[in-house]
Parts: sequence; structure tokens; C-alpha cells
Amino acid sequence: MRIEGVTKTFGEAPAVDNVSLDIYRGEIFCLLGGSGSGKTTLLRMLAGFEMPTAGRLYIDGQDMSGIAPCDRPVNMMFQSYALFPHMSVEKNVAFGLEQEKLSRAEIAERVAQILDIVKMTAFVSRKPHQLSGGQKQRVALARALVKRPKLLLLDEPLGALDRKLREHTQFELLAIQKRLGVTFIVVTHDQGEAMTLASRIGVMNHGQIVQIGTPLDIYEYPQTKFVADFVGAVNLFEGRLVEDEADHVRIRSEELGAVVYVDHGISSAPDVTVAVAIRPEKIGIDRTRPAGSENVAHGKVKEIAYMGDTSIYIVALDTGKLVRVTLPNVVRRAEDRFTAEESVFLSWHASSPVVLTR
Amino acid sequence: MQALRKHPGRRFVVAVPYLWLSVLFLIPFIIVFKISFSETRMAMPPYAPLIEWRDGVIVGIKLYFANYRFLFTDRLYASAYLYSIKVAAVSTLWCLLIGYPMAYAIARSTAAWKNLLLMLIILPFWTSFLLRVYAWIGLLKSNGVINNTLLSLEVIHEPLTLMQTDFAVYIGIVYSYLPFMILPLYANLEKHDTTLLEAAADLGARPWRAFLRVTLPLSMPGIMAGCLLVFIPAVGEYVIPSLLGRTDQLMIGRVLSDEFFANRDWPVASAVAILILVLLVVPIMLFQRVQKTELEARP
Amino acid sequence: MKSGYFARTGLVIGLAFLYVPILSMVVFSFNNSRLVTVWDAAHSPTLKWYVALLSNGPVLRAAWLSIRVAASAASGAVVLGTLVGFVLARFGPFRGRTLLSAMTTAPLVMPEVITGLSLLLLFVALEQLIGWPRGRGMLTIILAHITFTMSYVAVVVQSRLAGFDESLEEAAMDLGARPTTVFFRITLPLILPAIISGWLLAFTISWDDVVVSQFVAGPASTTLPMVIFSKVRLGVSPDVNALATLMVLVVALGIVISSAWMHAVTKRRERESQLASAGS
Repeated sequence: MRIEGVTKTFGEAPAVDNVSLDIYRGEIFCLLGGSGSGKTTLLRMLAGFEMPTAGRLYIDGQDMSGIAPCDRPVNMMFQSYALFPHMSVEKNVAFGLEQEKLSRAEIAERVAQILDIVKMTAFVSRKPHQLSGGQKQRVALARALVKRPKLLLLDEPLGALDRKLREHTQFELLAIQKRLGVTFIVVTHDQGEAMTLASRIGVMNHGQIVQIGTPLDIYEYPQTKFVADFVGAVNLFEGRLVEDEADHVRIRSEELGAVVYVDHGISSAPDVTVAVAIRPEKIGIDRTRPAGSENVAHGKVKEIAYMGDTSIYIVALDTGKLVRVTLPNVVRRAEDRFTAEESVFLSWHASSPVVLTR
Repeated sequence: MQALRKHPGRRFVVAVPYLWLSVLFLIPFIIVFKISFSETRMAMPPYAPLIEWRDGVIVGIKLYFANYRFLFTDRLYASAYLYSIKVAAVSTLWCLLIGYPMAYAIARSTAAWKNLLLMLIILPFWTSFLLRVYAWIGLLKSNGVINNTLLSLEVIHEPLTLMQTDFAVYIGIVYSYLPFMILPLYANLEKHDTTLLEAAADLGARPWRAFLRVTLPLSMPGIMAGCLLVFIPAVGEYVIPSLLGRTDQLMIGRVLSDEFFANRDWPVASAVAILILVLLVVPIMLFQRVQKTELEARP
Repeated sequence: MKSGYFARTGLVIGLAFLYVPILSMVVFSFNNSRLVTVWDAAHSPTLKWYVALLSNGPVLRAAWLSIRVAASAASGAVVLGTLVGFVLARFGPFRGRTLLSAMTTAPLVMPEVITGLSLLLLFVALEQLIGWPRGRGMLTIILAHITFTMSYVAVVVQSRLAGFDESLEEAAMDLGARPTTVFFRITLPLILPAIISGWLLAFTISWDDVVVSQFVAGPASTTLPMVIFSKVRLGVSPDVNALATLMVLVVALGIVISSAWMHAVTKRRERESQLASAGS
């Protein structure tokens, strides 16, 4: 699918602002953004429920302008599942095939096949109100996939499920996608969902795509402060670029009360204010001062949140700035871990910080 | 949904009811308007044609204003119009005063009661309007139930004249139109968020205060809809004044009917109708505005 | 809550107000006296008025006519009213929408004498122009009734559609169904309860109408309300009481049965939904 300069305006402000994007066959592409970011509007335009105010959409080279939803090779799995309450599971799934005027025998065969894939064969004659949330979702998925669309659009697919079910369903979705080879476009505000499902993520803010990349790209190589902060937790420090070479840079940060040495070059004007982003899991805590004068800071542990597998430490630096550090609970005994009010040293590897200019 | 917008069959779907209503609702009014300018004739139909045709060419158009002049000069008509408005207004007020507490009580009751109570309100509505007005004849006449009861209890010594009075008409209209007042009020009150009242109480407002400052203003659309649903048709009421109303002062609906059936004066009857419409045009438009906002403002 | 007491007393008084006349009518239908409201203790209660009713030719014929008229009018009103309700709820803005909306809501409040007069004049003019409808009769009554009852159906359908989950219709379109298919296979089945109550509403209003019928009926077509009205203008009549009681009975039975049925259906659904979510 190719999205070219698509804009959608409702009234004053644009909901989707000049978005251009290519999506490749067989991938799982995730549109990640908060509410109001425009991701749902973009999805609805792909499905044909809204018409772009400007720009075009192409599927396999074919221009979709003016083509109604019923004629597009695209199917959607709705957030509310939208199962037809007066039809059984079987009839719901068969509905789309009936619109294609296939023979009864073929419809029956394909319905049985897809229900087997989503493991809902036992529920064929049930009505939607007799199904649980997870079951409804599988039927909705089956109903869309049975038509073998080129593209499947998923609107917040895991939002309505509880946590255990969510994880289980995530892996099921991946398995089904791999088995059938359909291209998925998923819209979600949940970065965990995006990270697990997507082969590529497009982060959206205020109707624009601010960064596209694999989950790794987005997480480890954010290009803006927004992306760094939106996906996962991050510590941001302001500083001045004091040394800018091809293979390293040095940044002096008052907030941090230290000099940050980064082992890769960045493209930026010299002597400029930048933000240094360091992920909480990339920072280490020591009771004794580590060697070296750079990439070290000193402070006191202010708060500890025990999460079971990890602990989150909020450390107040000598400069007053609060830093978030995540450490796995490697030892079982609480006494061996850091406690509140302890004076500690924070340190990180030179490859860990990301320098952001915007 | 935008997707529906481009569909060609749309125009046909819109056209069918449009055509029907234009022919059977709109055009009749134009005809009434036209005939109100005609002269009465002893013919079938009993009015003179407006446009003189001769050999397919329009020769003359005769507008006969005398019908309207007649209406404006004869005291009977002016007093009938004013009386009708007065009766409709008073009845609407009583309907509101009786109907509001009822609607409120139903809206505030528990789910089980709600359905039962609504059923009880709707049931009289589904039974014949005509028969329910008739029921009041049995109650109000000189040897009717009310008089008989009061006489036997010796509260009065002579039967009261309850029939053919303003009072009887008020009762008749309030009785028949009460469901039309209660249902829009209920629909509105039911949507109210009860936590608003709790917040008001929390901030120190006594129940009556909270009602006046929170509930009442929010129920305005319901009040408007209910009042208009009662007032507008009540102005032109015919059955109730015929069965229960005064013989010395007629309501305008009765006047129209008499002109038409008794006097066979179609043009004057048409003029009466047009003037009723002129009177009611503003309330009708108000009603349409209220209907639109209530129906289209759903979450 | 203080205002609760006030409202609840008002409710009780209001309900009494609504039902006392009906009850009095019912009670006196068993009264032997021709004076209706003077109880003839010696010979009452009696069923003689009911018996008289069942052999009263004109009344039975009028009743049969009214049933046919009401059923036809209700069916016509449902088709047109559903169309209008659907158009107004789903079609967004279009040229002439305000006029259509106005023409649909106006009949709800229009005084009946005006509706009756205007429709009669239309039929007369049409007869002069194209020779149809020939004289007034059942057909003109039906056409008139359809016109003003379709508004009620439209309101019921429109408000049902307004609260309807649009994503169901979108899902159907997404799966390849053309708009007509979506309407007939998805929308219509799901708004069926609203359509049925619209039909019943239109039936009742048509069955009950006296004013418009008086204007547009012909010499050979007398509806039941017309018969009753001409009778009661002259005063009370015990067979009218009997008729009224029968009608109240039928309506009450109908309402009780449908409420009980709806209640049973909702309860069963709830149970099934609960079972489903518990067992996942």
C-alpha cells in the first residue's frame, strides 16, 4: 500500500496532516499514537469509511480514490468487533463470502477452514451475546480473514482484553499472520502491543508520522524527544555540545552535573543545546564511585517501586534532577538491594545515550 | 457515513417519501390557500374556480378577499380564535403541572418499577381517545358519577353543572393529552446524571434548591417538547369541545367544521384553516427545532 | 429525598386520574339501566349490552372496515416512515433535507381539522383534474391515514437508528455488501422491534381517528369511531360502554403479553451473556 500526501480535515485543524508512507506485502505495520494523533482516522481512510481531503491511496498500484469500502480488497477488524448480533458465528463469518457470490459448498468449506485456524469450530451455532470477549475477537478475525484480503486493518485489537488474554492473543495473531501471509496494519496506543506485533512501527503525533522504523529502531534510535518519551520510559537531560567529532561527542549537562561521552558521531551544528536520552535499564547503580570522570553521576535513592521481576529506582541527583533507573532483581533477598536514602553512583556505557536535537 | 454519500440509489430512496409528502401534505395546503380566495357557489365542488380558462389561455384570476374580510369583521371568529388559544394555553399549563411530577417520579424509580409505570401511562393512550373522552361524559353529567357520589354523600344538594363548561374542556384536554406531555418529559429526565444532584447536595444545596437550579433548567427541552405537543393540536381540537364544551362559545376547530359541513362554505372554512396555520406557524417551527435537537443530539 | 415524596404522590394521583374514568366506563357497562350512570341494583350486573353489541350490524361492519383501514394504513405508514427515518438518520445533509424534516414533524402536531380539510380538498381537486380518486371511500381514508401516521413511525425509527451502533453497518460494507444489502440484511432485522412498535402505533392512531375520517370518508365507508362519535354526541349509551370495555381488555391483554414476552427474552439473553463471560 502506498499512502501519498494524505490529509484529512474536519473543520479547522487537520486530523491527518500530509502523511506519506509505503507498506510492504506480508509485513505487520503498526500505527502507534495517543488519542487525537490521527491514527484511527488514517485507518478509516484506508478502509474507505472516510475520504481524504487531499492525497491518494494506492493498493498494488491501484488508486483507491472514490472506491467504496465494499469494493476494496481490504478488510477491517473493528475495535468493538461489530459482530452481527442476530446471526450465528457461522453466518457472521459466511457473510463476506456471500457477498462474493461463491457457491454454498465453497463458502461452507472456507468457513470451516478459518474457524479451525482460530479454534472456534465448537462455537459455530452460537450467537455473539453467548460468547466471551476473547471468543468474539476470534470470530471477528475469522470473518475478516476468510475473504483472503490483501490487507487486514486492525483497530486496537487487544484493547478490550485483560492482560493474560492479551499476551496469549498477541502470539496467536502473529502465528496466524505468518501462516496466512496477510499484510496487517494495526492501530494502537499501547506500545507494548506495537512492540510485540509489529515488524515496523509508524509513530504518529498531531496527525503526522514522526518516525518509522522497526521496534528496535524506534526504541533504541528515537529521532525526537517525543518518540523517545512516548515509547518506553526515558531520562532526558539538557546539555551543550562541547566536542563534536566524527566518532564521538561530548556534552556538558548542568542538569546531570556531569559530562556525557557518547561513542558515536551525530550530525548537528556545533555548540548547540541538545537533549541526551538514556533509557532506565541502561543505567547502573553502584555504592562506590566507578572509574572515569565521564558518564557518571551522584545522588540519593528517593523512591523504589518493586515490580517483581524488576525494581524501578527514582534517584535524586545532587543537582536536584530525578533519574529513573530500572534494575532486574537479580538477588532474592531484599537486604542485598539498594534502599531509600542510600547515596549511590549512576553510570552508563558510552554507547547508551542518544543525542536528540529536536 | 461518508461511504453512503456517493451511492446513486440514494436519490431514489429520498424521492419516494418526498413525493408522497409533497403530494399529500404540502400540495393540500396550497389548495386550501387557493380556495380561501374563492367565492362560494351552489355547485359541486361548492366554490368558483380561481383561474378562468378559455381555449387554453388564462383569461382572468379572481381573488376573492371577502372571506378573510368576513373573518376579521365578524366577532364570532375573533372570539373563537382567542378562546381557543386561551383554552389550549390553560390546558397545557395544567398538563405540565400534573405531568411533570409524574414523569419525574417514573424517571427516578428503579428499573423494575419504571417499566411497569411506563406501561400504566401508555395503556390509556393505546385505548381509544374518543372513548376516554366519552368516559368523562359519564362522570361529569348531571346524573353522572361525580354528581351522584356528591349528592349521596350530601356534600351538595343539587347537581353541579359540570358538562358544557370550560372546566369540562380543560379536563378533557388534560386527560387526553397527558401521555404526550409525560413521554417527552420522561425521555429528557431519564437522561439526567443523578450525580449532578449529589454534587449539588454536597455543595450545600437543599433538595428544592437543587431541583430549581439543576434539574429544571436541564429539563427545559423536554418541557418545551411536551408543551408544544399539547398546545398546538389543542388549539384546533374538535372532538373534546364537541362532546364536553360550551355551546355559547365555540373553539375554532368546531367553527371550521361547522362552516364546512353545516354551511357548506368551503372557502370560508379554508380561510379559517389558513388563519389557524398562521397563528400556529411559530409554535410549529419551534417544535421542529426542539425535535431536531433532541433527536440529533444523541450521544 | 423530599422532592421524592411530592413527585410520588403526584404520580399516584395522576395514575388515579388516568384510570378512574376508564374504570367507571367498565363498571357501568354491566349496568342494566339505559341511563348508564344510574346503577340499577335490582337487575345488574348484566351482559345484555355485550350481547346487543355482537348483533349490532352497523357497528360490526364499521369495526371490520376500521380494522382493514388501520391495518393497510399502518403497513403503508411503516414502509414510508421507515424510509424517512432511515434517510434522516443516516444520509447526512442533502438538498431539501430541512423541507423533508419539516414535512415529517409537522403532522405530529397539526390540528386534525386542518389535516382533514386539506386532504379532502386535495382529493376533490384530483378528481376534477384526472378523475381519480373517484368519490371518497376506503381508499381516501387509507391514503389520509398513511400520510399522518408515517410521521410517528419516522420518529420511532429515527430515534432507534440514532442509538444504533454504526460500526455494524460499516463492518457489513467492509465485508463487501452493497448499501441495499446492508440495509436489508443488517439494519432492518436489528431495528425490527422499533418497526413493529411503529406499526402498532400507526394502527392505533388510524383505528382511533374520527376527525380526518369524517372529512375524507365517503357515504358508504363509515369507520367505527365515526359511528361511536355520532352516537355519543347525543349522550351516553350503554352499548358504547360495552364496546369500550372490550377494547380496553384487548389492549391491556396485548400490552401484558408483549411485556411479559419481552421480559422473558431479555432475561434469557442476560443469562446467556453471563454464562459466556464466566466460562472464558
